[in-house]
Amino acid sequence: MTTLDSLASGSEALLQEIGGSRPFQCRLMEMGLLPGTRVRLVRRNDVGGIVELRVRRSSVTLRMGEASHLTVSPI
Amino acid sequence: MGNYPGITVGQHRGRMRLPDGGRARVLDSPGTYSLSARSADEQVAVAAIAGLPPHPRPDLVVVVVDATQLVRNLYLVLQVIEQHVPVVVALNMTDMLAGSGQEVDAAELARALGVPVAPIVARSGHGMEELRAVIAAALAHPEGARASWRFVPEEPRLVADIDAVAALVPEEWWHGEPVRRRALALWSLLSLDEDDELTDVPRALRDAVGARRAAAHAALRSIEGEVVAGRYRWIEEQAPRFLKQVREVTTFSERIDRVLLNPLFGFVLFVALMTLLFQALFLGADPLISLIEDGFAWLGARSAALLPEGLLADFVVNGLIGGVGAFVVFLPQILLLFLFLGILEDCGYMARMAVVMDRLMKAVGLHGRAFVPMLSGFACAVPAIMATRTMERNRDRLLTMMIIPLMTCSARLPVYGLLIAAVYPPGASQPFAQGTLLVCMYVFGAGTALAAASVLGRTVFKGPRIPLLIELPPYRLPHWPTILRTLFEQCRDFVQKAGTIILLCSVAMWLLLNFPRDAAAEAGRRARRSALESALAAAPDEARRADLRARLEEASAQAASERARDSYAGRLGRLLEPLIAPLGFDWRIGIGIVGSFAAREMFVATMGVVYGAGEEADEHTPALRERLQDARRADGRAVFTPLVCLALLVFFALACQCMSTLAVVYRETRSWRWPALLFLYTALLAWSAGLLVYQGGRLLGLA
Repeated sequence: MTTLDSLASGSEALLQEIGGSRPFQCRLMEMGLLPGTRVRLVRRNDVGGIVELRVRRSSVTLRMGEASHLTVSPI
Repeated sequence: MGNYPGITVGQHRGRMRLPDGGRARVLDSPGTYSLSARSADEQVAVAAIAGLPPHPRPDLVVVVVDATQLVRNLYLVLQVIEQHVPVVVALNMTDMLAGSGQEVDAAELARALGVPVAPIVARSGHGMEELRAVIAAALAHPEGARASWRFVPEEPRLVADIDAVAALVPEEWWHGEPVRRRALALWSLLSLDEDDELTDVPRALRDAVGARRAAAHAALRSIEGEVVAGRYRWIEEQAPRFLKQVREVTTFSERIDRVLLNPLFGFVLFVALMTLLFQALFLGADPLISLIEDGFAWLGARSAALLPEGLLADFVVNGLIGGVGAFVVFLPQILLLFLFLGILEDCGYMARMAVVMDRLMKAVGLHGRAFVPMLSGFACAVPAIMATRTMERNRDRLLTMMIIPLMTCSARLPVYGLLIAAVYPPGASQPFAQGTLLVCMYVFGAGTALAAASVLGRTVFKGPRIPLLIELPPYRLPHWPTILRTLFEQCRDFVQKAGTIILLCSVAMWLLLNFPRDAAAEAGRRARRSALESALAAAPDEARRADLRARLEEASAQAASERARDSYAGRLGRLLEPLIAPLGFDWRIGIGIVGSFAAREMFVATMGVVYGAGEEADEHTPALRERLQDARRADGRAVFTPLVCLALLVFFALACQCMSTLAVVYRETRSWRWPALLFLYTALLAWSAGLLVYQGGRLLGLA
């Protein structure tokens, strides 16, 4: 178990727990990022403080700070 | 569908022709992932679909979904079906399915959902006739489009939560239909909380949601998690019936993004693009602007020739034609900026730009998308303020609008030119001083804008910080018909809405600068003029004629100067004098400040009139420069000392002295509150900074 922001580029993981503020959790889940969903970390941009995910055939970007609220288990 | 920000911001209304000869009124709601809402902007969609007051209940809801992202899009479809309205699903982008390695069986999807499904390709118009037929059929037989799917929770405690909240859903929301009441209870459970920005929600409903959520939390449950997961579970169970995911392909977009979102290359490309945009706005629009200005000047001259000389001619030329010219002149920049934005949006780069700029903009509390409007503000605040439409959240839009006018726009340049030349006269010993001062003014404006964003964002526009959650749309070639249509609509909108206000303000400014007229003084001026004219007609030689012509010109300049002094604007200038005296400004500068309200560059022309250098004077006219240098106060001291000019520069950098900007802020926010706030805070800022420069300079012995 680790947090999403600590994954390396190109690695895949299963979402375990969604943390953060209530609206944030709600928005993420409604976009299809639920516990058990498979995600791939496409790219991390440490300069911009951004991670890009591939999930359910779409690309979603998150700030590192917010990605640290998501617990994942790497595959 | 999709919240690639900017897809549809605000609602659009239209009409649609149906194949059976009927017509339908269409309301297009902003794109969204879900009906859940937190802000008043997001509430618009649910209010229209669920028929919450004041919206009538729709006869039919057409949900346009992206076929390549079907699972996520069906989440929204299920929410709409829950509202118990007839639904037609328009399955869009079916042409992209094969490329993304998927297959969708539309007929089977329709059976699974229980509502009609029409595959379309919106860009090419493919399938639109069939969609019209499906819509007409659904309108004729709504029961065939009303599905039975309901969210059926497995968790008994969730059922109790829904029932408890449903009891408090106001009657005028659900109109006696228990199914709609349950759907709105679900909506409330996901949307309401203590700091949402939703309007017209009963206190009791909000409290009940809060209590239920707290109880669930204490029992280690998440109501939102249960509801959202429940809906997705249904979709995932059904998906194999209609969706075949052949393979996950590395998309074209992903390959492009390896370069464009690369921290180094991506940033370089971004800077290059922005430079191009900036150049286009600054230089590309220039020939068009000159053409418009020349056109209106020609029109003015022709009208002046047709009309008898006097007040009426002056009103037509300077009030009316000048007023129309005052807003038409913005069109080239609006056109160019929105063309650029349209292309960036349509090909998918806009969302990425917000990502690239996020960290920098977040530092001062701005949205990543505020960057383009702010940069455009260097050219002109009017199109820049219109460009804030690409931001979805009202707070971000307003905050950006409030700081854009601090960016050094091109209309300030003539004023800066005049004042800088007064500080450092051309040919003086410091060769780079003028350029350096000009650069300083740009940096000063932009720096103040960022500082103001930081302060305003923490005070007036305080709000929960929104997490960045941006979906990157696939790259596509821009679709020209859409871009050009939007472009046309934006220009028409500007001319109709903001243009009217700008024209009215121009006429008002003309009245201020030309009235009242003293009949006796006017008669004296006319007599003097005709005496000079008859002397000119009778003059025996060329030297005498040249002398008389110069005296005629002098007399008319002096008349204009006296009129300005006696006008309402002149009185206003004198009225303002005690207020601006601590900044080192006299009443004539006061008139200039009042006059620059019509357009900043008018300051130069107004100074030309007030100081009797003629109405045609500009910042390059040596006569105007000399007159400014010779200007003396009552006690004989010079008016335009370098220190006063510096204070005036700082004042112009900060004050929102521009009626067009205020008009367009009014137009975009539909409230006088925001233009009033903008005007007042920038005026206060400008005054304080001017005071600081002048009084500080005096203390340092610079006067």
